[in-house]
Amino acid sequence: MTIDWQQALRRHGLIAAFGLFLAAVAVGAEGFLTLGNILDVLRQVSITGTIALGVTFVVVTGRLDLSVGSMLTLLTVIVVDQHNAVGPFGAIALTLLAGLGIGAVNGVLVGLFRLNALIVTLAMLSLLQGVTLWYSGGSNVNVAGAGETWFAVFGRGSLLGVPVPVLIFLGGAVVASFFLKRTTFGRAVHAVGGNETASRFSGIATARTVAAAYVVSGLATAIAAIIMGSRVMGAQNTIGQGYELTVLAGIILGGTSLMGGSGSIWRTVIGITMLGFIQNGLLLLGFEYYVQWLVSWVVIIAAVWLDLAAKRGRVLA
Amino acid sequence: MTDVILSVAGITKTFPGVRALADVSFDVRAGEVHALMGENGAGKSTLMKVLAGLYKPDAGTITLRDEPVTITSPLVAREKGILLIHQELSLSPELSVAENIYLGAWPTNALGMLNKRKLRADAKAALDALGCDFGPDVRVGTLSIARQQMVEIARAQAFNADVVIFDEPTASLTDGERRQLFATIARLKSAGVGIVYISHKMDEIFEITDRITVLRDGQVQGTRITADTDLAGITRMMIGRDLASYFHRAREDFRDEVLRVEGLTHASLFSGVDLSVRAGEVLGLYGLVGAGRSELVETIFGLRHADAGRLIWKGQEIPFPTPRQAVDLGMALVPESRKEQGLVLGMGGRENVTLPHLAMFSSAGVMDRGREREVFDTYRDILDIKTTGPEQPVEKLSGGNQQKFVLAKWLCAAPSLIILDEPTRGIDVGSKSAIHELIAKLAEDGLAVIVISSEMPEVLGVSHRILTMTEGRISGSFTGDGMTEQALIDAVSQPANRAVQEDIA
Ligand SMILES: Nc1ncnc2c1ncn2[C@@H]1O[C@H](COP(=O)(O)OP(=O)(O)OP(=O)(O)O)[C@@H](O)[C@H]1O
Ligand SMILES: [Mg+2]
Repeated sequence: MTIDWQQALRRHGLIAAFGLFLAAVAVGAEGFLTLGNILDVLRQVSITGTIALGVTFVVVTGRLDLSVGSMLTLLTVIVVDQHNAVGPFGAIALTLLAGLGIGAVNGVLVGLFRLNALIVTLAMLSLLQGVTLWYSGGSNVNVAGAGETWFAVFGRGSLLGVPVPVLIFLGGAVVASFFLKRTTFGRAVHAVGGNETASRFSGIATARTVAAAYVVSGLATAIAAIIMGSRVMGAQNTIGQGYELTVLAGIILGGTSLMGGSGSIWRTVIGITMLGFIQNGLLLLGFEYYVQWLVSWVVIIAAVWLDLAAKRGRVLA
Repeated sequence: MTDVILSVAGITKTFPGVRALADVSFDVRAGEVHALMGENGAGKSTLMKVLAGLYKPDAGTITLRDEPVTITSPLVAREKGILLIHQELSLSPELSVAENIYLGAWPTNALGMLNKRKLRADAKAALDALGCDFGPDVRVGTLSIARQQMVEIARAQAFNADVVIFDEPTASLTDGERRQLFATIARLKSAGVGIVYISHKMDEIFEITDRITVLRDGQVQGTRITADTDLAGITRMMIGRDLASYFHRAREDFRDEVLRVEGLTHASLFSGVDLSVRAGEVLGLYGLVGAGRSELVETIFGLRHADAGRLIWKGQEIPFPTPRQAVDLGMALVPESRKEQGLVLGMGGRENVTLPHLAMFSSAGVMDRGREREVFDTYRDILDIKTTGPEQPVEKLSGGNQQKFVLAKWLCAAPSLIILDEPTRGIDVGSKSAIHELIAKLAEDGLAVIVISSEMPEVLGVSHRILTMTEGRISGSFTGDGMTEQALIDAVSQPANRAVQEDIA
């Protein structure tokens, strides 16, 4: 039966293809499966991954957040710049507040005013690019005295050999998964994504639920910005460019449906990690940097297609 | 027999955890209306979806005009002459009537371009043959449900269908529209079309069908000639026992007033509505589809904004609530459309049942799955819901079983007022009677109940008092011996303002 084949492909096809790819890279590129490289990939993935944890909430409500790329840039610039101005504590606090605030603006526009999520977050993407340039005056910022601040721990530290950013990412995943799966908020997020009208008829505050999902996305991006600033100890005006698509690709690759209502944090973790290994593998194999983008794009299309194919398949069981 | 058009033999279809059809055989003759009956989840829709190419059977054969056929898709089914008219209509609202009739098979000219003139002319011929009162150029989205159904039926005409299947076609039709549908069915019938008719409305079955086949748990219980059987006989075949009574009215024991609305007005939908309901009372709200009853109760429940009016809850005037506040006050609204308004189809029964009461089934914001499971189990048993478990997505359930989950989600929190908008739409006789019994019991336990129904016997059977609604106004109020079919018919068919003065309560 063609259908079983389709479902099997959706369920295991990507993982199988990924396994083949890993094997191929391991043969073709030296140093791919060394501990150092694996930890490096995990550390790279921890920034996109942390953002993706938050964006998953938005995607489960059936919406998108494309603003996270330039939000990451702005927040990284803020954390680095404020580190010099008010010190690490204040910088972290301000960054978290800014992330929550930007998320809240997205949330109010999409949730309460019911504006189209794609347009709102795309507009926010370019608005924040402008704000970043205005804030930084167009020049790069660097942490002064990078050698002696404890702020370095978020991006560069490690605990028992595991990089701190990886711990933040995975710890964040545990917390996020708990919220999405176990709490009343997470249930509301699923319900709104599954059927907004029925949720309203059930007394769910749908607008507030959507708005809160965007706030979670903003918070996650702020945490990612802290990791980024700490790791680079500086920020350029393009540091977060393109992250929104990588994040989305990872989420979709994990199998969370763009139609809303289904999805999980662990799928996102798996998707993002797979994507990290693919990109790293391609680099090690000697492909140009831009090939990563091509591959991300192909992966997004393939995953969306499989998502749709499975939906259609459902009719003809 | 030579006049058998379609026969199926040995059809089996299994879904994960459910055997929906087991070795089903039946046939349809030219020019007959063949009813397919059975409890919710008996397998009726599944069998029809097999015939229409939506499901692939695990085993069995389909024979059309003495030739074995394999139906792999709805398009193939249409080519072979089988057409399924779904309960949820499946037209493209943005396209015209003509484009919809020929969807997927638009006529083209020599250059491969759409031949608009032929499309129009052919569609018009099909519409005329059915006596439709609208043209081929109208956009389908602007048509009423009944007319959209006619467009689907026009497909049967246009493609010269041999077999037309109706799956619960009258669920959302007014009485007049239903009459028209029956006339159309009679026309198809005299043209030699074989018709399969699925419905839970017993009066229809006995009025228009020639034979009845009953399914139970996916198996054929038997086929009867309609004229040789009766309601009790068919019911027994369907549910395996006799049904003591079809309606239950609660003992009269009215207590304090729970809800009163005065002068409720919504500019375009209804105006000046007064009503009140007491604890222990079942208030029926009867009217034709489109009279504004659903809009009225949605406004009370906070889903729409009222333009004017007062709301008095348990003796105290309160501002109009949000849906959340309404639920917290103790109101429950079972909406009319289970798929759009009632359920999150991708979620399981457990999560659907507790959705309006997240705070109640959680502590410190964390869901208590154990208690969710308990309430799920309780209501699965009370309402006799057929499901493979608490996590089975409700989209996999039969229509009637879905409806029972909508009831469960509102009953489980013990509200003070429950508003039931068409509570038994698509529900089988046995469960219908069980739900009416439940309504009576709820009222006797001290709930205030408002029942909206377009089914006259249902309103008459369960209510203590009936308000009729016509074009957005209350047009009559009836109690006791005043509650007769004729009285209701008169009240809803007269202009609203005159009827108000004839209030005979
Ligand atoms: N796509 C599906 N996946 C899994 N189970 C299904 C699916 N479709 C139907 N079923 C199951 O098959 C059984 C028969 O369902 P069906 O819809 O045919 O019932 P029905 O006789 O039409 O009932 P109703 O009167 O309530 O419409 C039910 O137990 C239902 O849960
Ligand atoms: Mg059905």
